[in-house]
Amino acid sequence: MENGEVPEDANENCPGPQSESAGKSDSCQGCPNQEACATAPKGPDPDLVAIAERMATVKHKILILSGKGGVGKSTFSAQLSFALASLDFQVGLLDIDICGPSIPKMLGLEGQDIHQSNLGWSPIYVESNLGVMSVGFMLPNPDEAVIWRGPRKNGLIKQFLKDVHWGELDFLVVDAPPGTSDEHISIVQFLQATGIDGAIIVTTPQQVSLIDVRKEVSFCKKVGVEVLGVVENMSGLSQPLTDFKVFDSSAGGAAEMCQEMGVPFLGKVPLDPQLCKAAEEGRSCFEGQSCRVSAPVLRGMIEKLLKVKEWNQDELQHAENGRV
Amino acid sequence: MNCSKPCGFPPTDCPGPQSESAGKSDSCQGCPNQEACATAPKGPDPDLVAIAERMATVKHKILILSGKGGVGKSTFSAQLSFALASLDFQVGLLDIDICGPSIPKMLGLEGQDIHQSNLGWSPIYVESNLGVMSVGFMLPNPDEAVIWRGPRKNGLIKQFLKDVHWGELDFLVVDAPPGTSDEHISIVQFLQATGIDGAIIVTTPQQVSLIDVRKEVSFCKKVGVEVLGVVENMSGLSQPELVAFTEVFDSSAGGAAEMCQEMGVPFLGKVPLDPQLCKAAEEGRSCFEGQSCRVSAPVLRGMIEKLLKVKEWNQDELQHAENGRV
Repeated sequence: MENGEVPEDANENCPGPQSESAGKSDSCQGCPNQEACATAPKGPDPDLVAIAERMATVKHKILILSGKGGVGKSTFSAQLSFALASLDFQVGLLDIDICGPSIPKMLGLEGQDIHQSNLGWSPIYVESNLGVMSVGFMLPNPDEAVIWRGPRKNGLIKQFLKDVHWGELDFLVVDAPPGTSDEHISIVQFLQATGIDGAIIVTTPQQVSLIDVRKEVSFCKKVGVEVLGVVENMSGLSQPLTDFKVFDSSAGGAAEMCQEMGVPFLGKVPLDPQLCKAAEEGRSCFEGQSCRVSAPVLRGMIEKLLKVKEWNQDELQHAENGRV
Repeated sequence: MNCSKPCGFPPTDCPGPQSESAGKSDSCQGCPNQEACATAPKGPDPDLVAIAERMATVKHKILILSGKGGVGKSTFSAQLSFALASLDFQVGLLDIDICGPSIPKMLGLEGQDIHQSNLGWSPIYVESNLGVMSVGFMLPNPDEAVIWRGPRKNGLIKQFLKDVHWGELDFLVVDAPPGTSDEHISIVQFLQATGIDGAIIVTTPQQVSLIDVRKEVSFCKKVGVEVLGVVENMSGLSQPELVAFTEVFDSSAGGAAEMCQEMGVPFLGKVPLDPQLCKAAEEGRSCFEGQSCRVSAPVLRGMIEKLLKVKEWNQDELQHAENGRV
């Protein structure tokens, strides 16, 4: 990890980014990281204390990741949050995709503003037990591009963790953009001290997705985040007359990748135009009957995960009863 | 920060990162960029000279962008490159997606290594007139994650422009990751002096994509890159065997065509969702070879030929121009 490890593109005899002479030693001349190392503060980050205070009232933190874009991370994050809220958990949904925030749309919260109280920034509540935070709520105009380099994005993600009054949460679901860069390194660095329960990784069946997703699994292993499981999304199109493969899975899809890489396979979600419509309209797919192809599968996955990790309400309730 | 509403945006009196007072003025207090601005070297970047030398032999540069991931940027970049090469243009395809490089797979070049000569790094040639560069060729192990923050990614993108011996190119196609961040800011900064012909923006029909793609159009306008056109990809699923057409991604809000009209940018057309195109990408093939992509290939070819004609980039024009110069 970046804190102590010598970056790959560093010069020979790199003193290490956390060293006192980082960026300033003779060996640093010409290294692409020189400026960053010379100016970055050394030692523990005081903001981590503030983050730890906020996270003290959050029981479980789950990251939703993928190496690949457009596979359904935000859709899954949104529907997972709806499902957990419908099971009477207290849920926070944090969107750390700063350039392309999809969560406000998917929760039916477009146009909402963030308010501050003396406790901090207030999440936007879809329901009393489902609060949401995203840069999407901060844009003066939805077409406005957020043209930020890494440090600014990292700064905002940090604020989302230390300045937002999340309150008592059973689950904080964090929806990340695709990749293994600033947002991902930062969210792990900011939350690791207070514990990350794990990551759910989303993919589609084809190799072009799996190539990137394998990198995401490697990222999780490298930074010590448990892979709770992998979801294969858009896994075939179910139509009344016939099943149809849209994205090629002849290389074995996610199931085979999971077996090779030793991580749990959560299952296949079919490509469901009604799920797309629910996301467009900011609805839970579990309400009504329209998502009858995808909703039962999603629900099954989520209930299984809760059971396997012993996070379900009965367990929590029994634990609390025990403590009374 | 002093704003009463939480905001991550620069203070209203930001002097600008290149200003002498960048990072040092009173307005800079509390801005997350303060340290970087205060210490970054001012004045022109010497590497830009090296980039300009390399780009002197490149006639046209096209960026393939989207605010949204997974809409088909890389697939389009790959097939555009195949199409241009088949028209006998000299083509370079540069993949600047550092964390999730898809281009090697899509050109059938997995496992290839980059070689150096005294002229610089050599692109990997799919055909004699189609050379490719990607971080995907530099990974010791394909599962290896590239866990880099912005500055390192920017450094590699710069090397792709100044150290690669692209040679004489008619077209340099640049495939970008989704977003409007380091890679996008950098590629524009690095290439702007030598001229960017424009960007093709790819989207899918639904609003969740268009929301992000509208931001990408705004980005292009803000940084002065012309939007050559927008492609609406995965636009319905056509199943000739069933005589059926299914809309997979909801277009009831008007899709890309309506967005283009509102934002004043050209609409290039709709490419249907074609499982055979996915298969071609998986196998690193041109969709224009053979008959398997009969749903998508004609549409893609039509779009590309129209673009070449509108921009007067087609071979006849170039040939006539050269003949005129002889």
